[in-house]
Amino acid sequence: MTEAATSPASVVPDGDLLVRVKNVVKYFPIRSGLLRRVVARVHAVDGVSLEVRRGETLGIVGETGCGKSTLARCIARLYDLTSGTIVFDGRDISRLSRRRMRPLRKGVQMIFQDPIGSLNPRRRIGSIIGDPFAIHRISRGEQRKRQVQELMKLVGLNPEHYNRFPAEFSGGQRQRIGVARALALRPKLIIADEPVSALDVSIQAQILNLLTDLQDEFKLTYIFIAHDLSVVRHVSDRIAVMYLGKIVEVGSVSEIYARPRHPYTNALLSAVPVPDPDHADQRERIILVGDVPSPINPPSGCRFHPRCPKAQKLCTEVDPALEVKKDDRADHLAACHFPVEVGERLSRERAGIAQADRENAPDVSRETVEGAIRPKERA
Amino acid sequence: MSVTSFDSLETRLAEPAAAEPEGESAKEIQGRSPWQLAWARLRQDRLAIASAIVILFIVLVAILAPVIARLVGHGPGDQYPFTALNSFGLPAGPSRTFLFGADDLGRDVLVRVAYGARVSLIAGVVASGVAVIVGGIVGMVAGYFGTVVDTALSRFMDVILSFPLLLFAIALVSIVGPSLIVSIAVIAFFSWAVVGRIIRGQTLSLREKEFVEAARSLGASDLRIIFVDILPNLVAPLIVYSTLLIPASIVFEATLSFLGLGVVPPTPTWGNMLSDALAYYKVAWWFIFFPGGALLLTTLAFNLLGDSVRDALDPRYARLFKS
Repeated sequence: MTEAATSPASVVPDGDLLVRVKNVVKYFPIRSGLLRRVVARVHAVDGVSLEVRRGETLGIVGETGCGKSTLARCIARLYDLTSGTIVFDGRDISRLSRRRMRPLRKGVQMIFQDPIGSLNPRRRIGSIIGDPFAIHRISRGEQRKRQVQELMKLVGLNPEHYNRFPAEFSGGQRQRIGVARALALRPKLIIADEPVSALDVSIQAQILNLLTDLQDEFKLTYIFIAHDLSVVRHVSDRIAVMYLGKIVEVGSVSEIYARPRHPYTNALLSAVPVPDPDHADQRERIILVGDVPSPINPPSGCRFHPRCPKAQKLCTEVDPALEVKKDDRADHLAACHFPVEVGERLSRERAGIAQADRENAPDVSRETVEGAIRPKERA
Repeated sequence: MSVTSFDSLETRLAEPAAAEPEGESAKEIQGRSPWQLAWARLRQDRLAIASAIVILFIVLVAILAPVIARLVGHGPGDQYPFTALNSFGLPAGPSRTFLFGADDLGRDVLVRVAYGARVSLIAGVVASGVAVIVGGIVGMVAGYFGTVVDTALSRFMDVILSFPLLLFAIALVSIVGPSLIVSIAVIAFFSWAVVGRIIRGQTLSLREKEFVEAARSLGASDLRIIFVDILPNLVAPLIVYSTLLIPASIVFEATLSFLGLGVVPPTPTWGNMLSDALAYYKVAWWFIFFPGGALLLTTLAFNLLGDSVRDALDPRYARLFKS
């Protein structure tokens, strides 16, 4: 990581960048009626700019439906972009046709969330892992089999299980199969879309360790998508926080966790469960009000303003730019008009909610919790 | 990051499997493909085995029809006006020389039923084969590509399904003349849309699976995705539909022959035998009983086998409807 800060847009020289995502927009049309006319659009990704440096792990976090996976699929060019550019390894891939994209796919591979759904149930895993070699006509027959078995060994699978079907493996083993397939073409970038969220906690650690080991061995760059903040913290060098199709904050792991500037990041971090119950009582818990607004019709101005404890009139009118805030390091960007200061107690504030409600809110929640625990007769 | 703990866990997990003392039982469990499991389930099904035996028997009869003809000494078109017709000119009943009796022209019903099996089986297998291939391809293309392609193909299938088929068959035959080829073409033409619709629906859901997305991210072409990733998941419904389409096609062919729209009369088919027998059923029950029975037995066996195959390939479905 270079410290030499030049402009807020990019703090690293171009040569060190593997991916540059600029103003990427992806809308999904909603069609209805006999003529299948577009009646609305889901603003899944709405103007995202990102940089991924060579050899790093960029974590992308955010709630379900915030556009993380869509962004990942845009970078992998599984989706066509509505607008914006994606430069991968010095080459603009944002407008390439499927045919032109095919040779470049070797450079970007994906690991999918669902270890069951991402493996074809009717095919033997030897041929599943061998797919990349077959598609890119790299090898065949005995040679392909040898390469596949090497990959299986590499990810901790028994190479003798070459002829088995996915159903004969456990969840963790299946995810290893997915990793082996992604690794087959020796990609530069691996996009892992929630690779461990479908696994048991004990298995999660194994897969995460496998991914970090492989990163060291093959100089891989990861884009790691997750909603589990502790997982992201564990694997990432830098973190991007997404909310409703936009990136609200980017920075190194230590920066984001030590001094989060965006209120949404603060709220997210405060939601991470603390294993120690004594400790858990002491810490500040920011409870956001309301639901995530619909991405079909996102709020004006800052998209977070309806739920933001610090929201003011300006927030409803002007969409804040993603930029370096005062006193922050050059690679720590936040999109907020009123960034959170160190030591600020966010949970005390609640904009747009009456004083009385604010006072009552914690009691109400405690009551409902107790009511839920208590047997019905006594309640 | 403790690589060591991960390693030790890995070896601990791997070791018992490698050093399993009773490797025999472990070996028996491993490597059973979905097809092997289905085959094992099918073998357990007594009704399926019985149906398969009946079908095998009918196939043998069809293949060995000339042998049967030689054994009894009567050709399929040979007429025996003196031995097979009585003094009133009515067909003679089953006897030692005519095991299944004789028809109105003094021909051996047994030999004709055997030869009729050939037409029925060829029409049934070929027509449903063509229907399944065409329907499968059209269904996969419509389901996979979606949008305009899907709309066009789906509407086309709707049109075919809403066609008055007998009317169409009569009109077509009156123009090109009846023959086995025309019958098969008509049957296949009206059957593929049923398969196409089902395969389209299945493809539509398979297309959204993550393994298809994985293939796409690897750079697989549409053709490869359709045939390598989607088709293996459609083999089960395709097999089920072929086994269920065969009896339907056999009945359809018999219907066409019965109406004189199928195979031309001197060639025996179950359909035209039934049609001939219609005038004689009061005096010669065997004339209508044997071809009708053969038709019933064949379609019943194929239908039961088809049901069993479906149950074997999709055990959840069977459980759902039996419990």
